[in-house]
Amino acid sequence: MTIEIQNISKKYGNFQALHDINLHIPSGELVALLGPSGSGKTTLLRMIAGLESVEDGIILVDNENVASLHINQRDVGFVFQHYALFKHLTVFDNIAFGLQVRPKHKRPSAQTIAAKVDELLALVKLEGFAKRYPAQLSGGQRQRVALARALAVEPKILLLDEPFGALDAKVRKELRRWLRKLHNDIHVTTLFVTHDQEEALDVADRIVIMNKGKVEQVGAPAEVYESPVSPFVYDFLGNVNLFRGRVIDGQFSFSNQAETTNEAVGYVRPHHIKIEREKTSDAVISATITFIHTIGPIWHIEMRRDDDTYIEVELNKEEFLLLNLQVGENVYVSPKEMKVFIPEDFSI
Amino acid sequence: MKKNILPGFGITMGITTLYVSLFVLVPISLLLIKTASLSLDEFITIVTNERVMHAYKVSLTTAFIAAFLNAIFGLLLAWVLVRYRFPGRRIIDGLIDLPFALPTAVAGMTLAALYGPEGWFGQFFQKLGIPIAYTSSGIVIALMFIGLPFVVRMVQPVLENLPKETEEAATSLGASRFQTFHKVIFPEIVPALLAGFSLALARGLGEYGSVVFIAGNMPMKTEVAPLLIMSKLEQFDYAGATAIGVVMLLLSFTFLIIINILQKWHRKHELR
Repeated sequence: MTIEIQNISKKYGNFQALHDINLHIPSGELVALLGPSGSGKTTLLRMIAGLESVEDGIILVDNENVASLHINQRDVGFVFQHYALFKHLTVFDNIAFGLQVRPKHKRPSAQTIAAKVDELLALVKLEGFAKRYPAQLSGGQRQRVALARALAVEPKILLLDEPFGALDAKVRKELRRWLRKLHNDIHVTTLFVTHDQEEALDVADRIVIMNKGKVEQVGAPAEVYESPVSPFVYDFLGNVNLFRGRVIDGQFSFSNQAETTNEAVGYVRPHHIKIEREKTSDAVISATITFIHTIGPIWHIEMRRDDDTYIEVELNKEEFLLLNLQVGENVYVSPKEMKVFIPEDFSI
Repeated sequence: MKKNILPGFGITMGITTLYVSLFVLVPISLLLIKTASLSLDEFITIVTNERVMHAYKVSLTTAFIAAFLNAIFGLLLAWVLVRYRFPGRRIIDGLIDLPFALPTAVAGMTLAALYGPEGWFGQFFQKLGIPIAYTSSGIVIALMFIGLPFVVRMVQPVLENLPKETEEAATSLGASRFQTFHKVIFPEIVPALLAGFSLALARGLGEYGSVVFIAGNMPMKTEVAPLLIMSKLEQFDYAGATAIGVVMLLLSFTFLIIINILQKWHRKHELR
């Protein structure tokens, strides 16, 4: 089922939560809405679900205008960050809820419901938990119950609002892999909101990056990571070093007077920086190593430039051992890859 | 006993025991001791006297009806106060507590004046042939007035803390408004509602001040148990008064325990 979003704007009092959003989500895709808090991603998701009213613009789900339907007729599966399970009901009754509230003539028989719940329990790998209450489950298990509950009504689209936000890092990673697998099996159009760029890059077929109520970029994970269209996207998708400079004859050149010239800014990822001990050309920057630490296989080296700005470099173990860097050493760095944005219009 | 990690257990437990003893256990023990001055036969004769039995019945039925009606309307009031924003909401919210603050005798006199045969409301009911003052309906009204804050104040915070998301989840799964209330919201507030009900009931069973003015106090008809106790005291029949008191105490205690068990049963999902 496709989702078509046309010219959607939303205001809360004086606050413009969404500016003229246009988005097309093809059937069967797993799409991430990625952005910092306050970027409007959750508002957009809730509008698609019908939990917020649509005043400006049109949202079509499966070519049907959703504004004309009450939320309980929209066939939307919604999963909340904090699970929102019915805590006085067992896992079984939670999952069966959507089927049991159907009007009599549409309600499946008790056996059909039981069979469906068993099937879903198997899908979310919680066989044997049917009689438990939510309070007796871990966070990851609760979120899987919430997902099974949403899937029980066979929704046209599945919407997840920060589904893994309340879970610890390891469970989060497990669950997102599992979501990816689940999506490969059932192929329901899925839209999930996250502020975690790693999560979005890891799971989604496509990523919609939002900032301040606008869509910054839409694309496959590799595409948005490799060719970000704006400094915001570049910055949001990973750590970044900024080099101020100017563009002369289409060539970016560093400037050592950072405060006076800022006609262009070079964006460089920490692992795209080369460190040398000897000054090999004029296009290198001199810096002093201030701090070295390691997280797993990656070595992080912090250095200070002469103008007191900091540079962060990431090396793998071999590179680090080869250079044998020490704190306090003076080195020369140069970017291996760089993306240049001119502040005025954010283009090269 | 394992050493508690939270500091201050010894002293707070000591104060708790002392406080409960001074204000609850000792007075109640005295009541029992005083009653014990009667022989068992005397005791049974007093507490099963026909007039006394009627008084229990009046007290129990009126307190039950009043607590039940308060549970319904208290829930409604709490719902309106929590869910809707309207001018004057805070004033209404403040007014709810007034029955707590008002001397009960004042409340009783006011209600008697209102619902008496010539009162503002009473005259209409009189025309319809439904007298209120000096009947058990009058007692129910007095007890409703007294018991209202209990239900509202028990239910209100629970309603306020209900996560909006569970309701949204229910609606997104296709539940109608009624189903959402009935299957999601109501089960969450049942324990608080029961607690409010039991407090209103307990208060109603013991209420004296506001009831005597509106009840008419006709023996075998509109005489409540606390009034009987009062009249026994006025005749210096202390043992007789405490005997009735003990029966009332046992009755209240039984109800509170039953309601407690109901709550426990309802909260089974919170037990691990």
